[in-house]
Amino acid sequence: MSIFVIAYYSLLLIASCLAAFYNQRSAFLLVFSLTLVSFIVGIIGGADALKFIAAIAAAIALAAMVSYAFREFVIIIVSNEMAKELRTAPLTAAFGMFVIFTYAIAGIFAPWIAPFGEAEVIASAFAPADENMLLGADQLGRDMFSRLIYGTRNSVGLALTATLLAFFVGAFLGLLAATKGGFLDNFLGRVADVIMSIPSLIFALLMLSIFGPSMPVIIIAVSIIYAPRVFRLTRAVAGDVVVMDYIEAAKLRGEGTWYLIRREILPNSTAPLVAEFGLEFCFVFLLVAGLSFLGLGIQPPTADWGSMVRENATLISFGEITPLIPAAAIALLTVGVNFVVDWMLHRSSGLKE
Amino acid sequence: MPYDKTKKDVLLKIRNLKIQGYSDESWVDIIKGVDLTLHRGEVMGLIGESGAGKSTIGAAAMGYARDGTRISEDSSIEFDGMELTTATEGERRALRGNRIAYVAQSAAASFNPAHKIIDQHTEGPLQYRLKKRMEAQEDAIDLYNRLRLPNPDEIGFRYPHQVSGGQLQRAMTAMAMSCRPDLIIFDEPTTALDVTTQIEVLAAIRDIVDQFDTAALYITHDLAVVAQMADTIKVLLKGEEVEEGSTAEMMSNPKEEYTKSLWAVRSFKSPQRSREGRDCLISVKNVDAAYSAGPKILDDISFDIYEGMTVAVVGESGSGKSTAARVITGLLPPQKGEVLFKGEPFPADYRNRNKEQLRQCQMIYQMADTALNPKVKISEIIGRPARFYSGLKGAALKARVDELLDLIELEPSQYYNRYPPELSGGQKQRIGIARALAAEPSFIVCDEVTSALDQLVAEGILRLLDRLQDELNLAYMFITHDLATVRSIADEVVVMQNGKVVEQGPKDEMFKPPHHPYTDLLLSSVPEMDPDWLTTLLEERGLENLGESASKQIDPEDDKIMPSDA
Repeated sequence: MSIFVIAYYSLLLIASCLAAFYNQRSAFLLVFSLTLVSFIVGIIGGADALKFIAAIAAAIALAAMVSYAFREFVIIIVSNEMAKELRTAPLTAAFGMFVIFTYAIAGIFAPWIAPFGEAEVIASAFAPADENMLLGADQLGRDMFSRLIYGTRNSVGLALTATLLAFFVGAFLGLLAATKGGFLDNFLGRVADVIMSIPSLIFALLMLSIFGPSMPVIIIAVSIIYAPRVFRLTRAVAGDVVVMDYIEAAKLRGEGTWYLIRREILPNSTAPLVAEFGLEFCFVFLLVAGLSFLGLGIQPPTADWGSMVRENATLISFGEITPLIPAAAIALLTVGVNFVVDWMLHRSSGLKE
Repeated sequence: MPYDKTKKDVLLKIRNLKIQGYSDESWVDIIKGVDLTLHRGEVMGLIGESGAGKSTIGAAAMGYARDGTRISEDSSIEFDGMELTTATEGERRALRGNRIAYVAQSAAASFNPAHKIIDQHTEGPLQYRLKKRMEAQEDAIDLYNRLRLPNPDEIGFRYPHQVSGGQLQRAMTAMAMSCRPDLIIFDEPTTALDVTTQIEVLAAIRDIVDQFDTAALYITHDLAVVAQMADTIKVLLKGEEVEEGSTAEMMSNPKEEYTKSLWAVRSFKSPQRSREGRDCLISVKNVDAAYSAGPKILDDISFDIYEGMTVAVVGESGSGKSTAARVITGLLPPQKGEVLFKGEPFPADYRNRNKEQLRQCQMIYQMADTALNPKVKISEIIGRPARFYSGLKGAALKARVDELLDLIELEPSQYYNRYPPELSGGQKQRIGIARALAAEPSFIVCDEVTSALDQLVAEGILRLLDRLQDELNLAYMFITHDLATVRSIADEVVVMQNGKVVEQGPKDEMFKPPHHPYTDLLLSSVPEMDPDWLTTLLEERGLENLGESASKQIDPEDDKIMPSDA
């Protein structure tokens, strides 16, 4: 039996005994069930399987510690009211915020963080990683790590712009439809139905092959696809608000539509809209990545995670995980954003009680 | 009726009950150590203002604490020898519906609209395997009979929305009885009902509790109601007991100051004003109205409102009171007839009225919660009409808001930057009044402004409205179904039934015979503080001459009668 196995089991057992002794019920259950699982897996798979489990447990523990520290840090630096809200955030939400924070830093400071240029050829094709290149080179000999960093800026920036545009258009029309009602409401609703009846990927491919794949076309196409969803949600949320007595009071006072939307309805519909924003952002992000993978998204040599997966796809057959790294970057961001959104959804539904 | 406590066993014994709520990251006591002893067959009335913890104690009697609250560990709730605080969730669950039943305030919201009433009724007996389905249904019909529901054989096979509110509340009481529980908790069962409906429900509840010798906790804020129902009364204030005693003793001889103040509400009465020397402000002339293609809600309505006077519009729900207000404010253009303002016709649709016309006619709503935007600061809520109509800005606007807050007796510096959800019900209603005043109107529609408030708070609002009326020469159209409110604030009364005006005139005349039969029914249905009131009334009038059934027999065209004819 190797030293690792002995150390691993004794650490787990000491931790579970301590947890039991100090009456930490949930911690004890967690640690001891990990011990039992390791025990079974260790018998079947030997020391290697045990190392794998230990690595996963360590990664989760590390993520939890980072999230915890990050949350405490944010609580200290923000104002009182924000801090009160943040204390209710679960660790998953804190993890999500940390991920978003990291991506934002990577995107904003890309030229300073990346050691090489976005399209700079520095090695032979598919050169393995060395002390110069953290993740090796891609199919043209460009630094993978640098392209990943620049990709944050392009992929996330594009998705964010498209989502924002979809939200402005959808939310504005939704509020207008709910406030005005009647013909306008019906008309906008039917237009939204028509757009939603077209499969989104096919619609995007159609638009891009007609107008050519350029940034503005991608942004507009994607926002046209997603605006109807935002429209429908906003209309439903605002529909509940417009029947309130305070809206009637404002109408009787003689207020105009714009005032009603801006001051009376919008402040009461923001919580579900913010939550929806996070969700839609993920969908948009995946759609943009999918378009890039198909070669109709952001065009080379601009770095983009979707196209990076495609360009390096051949490496998979050689057992290399390089093409999976941009894919993992997409997955991590999506998961992180969803963690935050879950928390916000929980909060906004809690407010209704 | 005096109650001999020694005769029967103790059913429910609550000792040192503390219930805590989680707020601002710490546990705060909501109920601060209340003791309660309930014997078999005893009816105890729990009264107090909202926030006193009545409903919380009612739920705790079932061993239940709402989300975000917990029962403190040193409390003890003993139901028939069983300690509920330490019982498992399964054990407590086995009691609920079976041995302890609950009747909620809003039957309409508590019944599942997707199932027939009788299926919901028989769920309990079937769940606990007390009866077979057919037996349970027969028993349900028997109970409907005892509760004097119309068509008892058939009514259970309807869906909840096909039955009126009062009938639904009785069906819910029948449902609570389905397993013949030892204890029923009535949580404000008649608060949402009209006076005429309330009386039927009260009589039915009292009978059935007597017949089966069931113990009950009767939670309400209406003293006159509790006087009819309870053997003993416990008064609560902010989670603490004020005093407890038998009903007769508590009514005649309360010890604590707080109890006396509760008993003394409704003493406020504004002096009667007369039309002499005043101009007619609003005149409603032969108005018919309906919602889109539906049936006529208003049928040939005419009444006048004079400057600086209060006209109370009285009637059951569905009689068209609020619709009349909507016609005046322009939210519902009438089909026929018109509304005159100072002799000039008012445009029928509010969208066609100019700023000046809109300013003249303001509204105060029943539910202050939905009438104030929860995301807007108080200063903005009150300030907006002032800025909108008078164009005030900066310091002048702030001065005006301060002045308005002073007027409604709230300290300006404390409330200026707060949001509506941080205020209590009475304070919110005051903000609603300030918003109406900010427009400097000559006429305000008050739509059931006090019905959602506790009696003490409601009285404060009525006094405020009366004071403002004298200071600012306001005319009120006061919509209410509460005749006590009419008595205290009205100058003139309009009685409505089924969209028609059945009687109108100065207040003093309205409260003196002869009455129209419908007015007579309304007046006689208002509970009085006398514990024997319900018994006497039932003896005098008989069951068929009370409540919904009686109001259906009355034709709005009937002649006036003397009460002795009834």
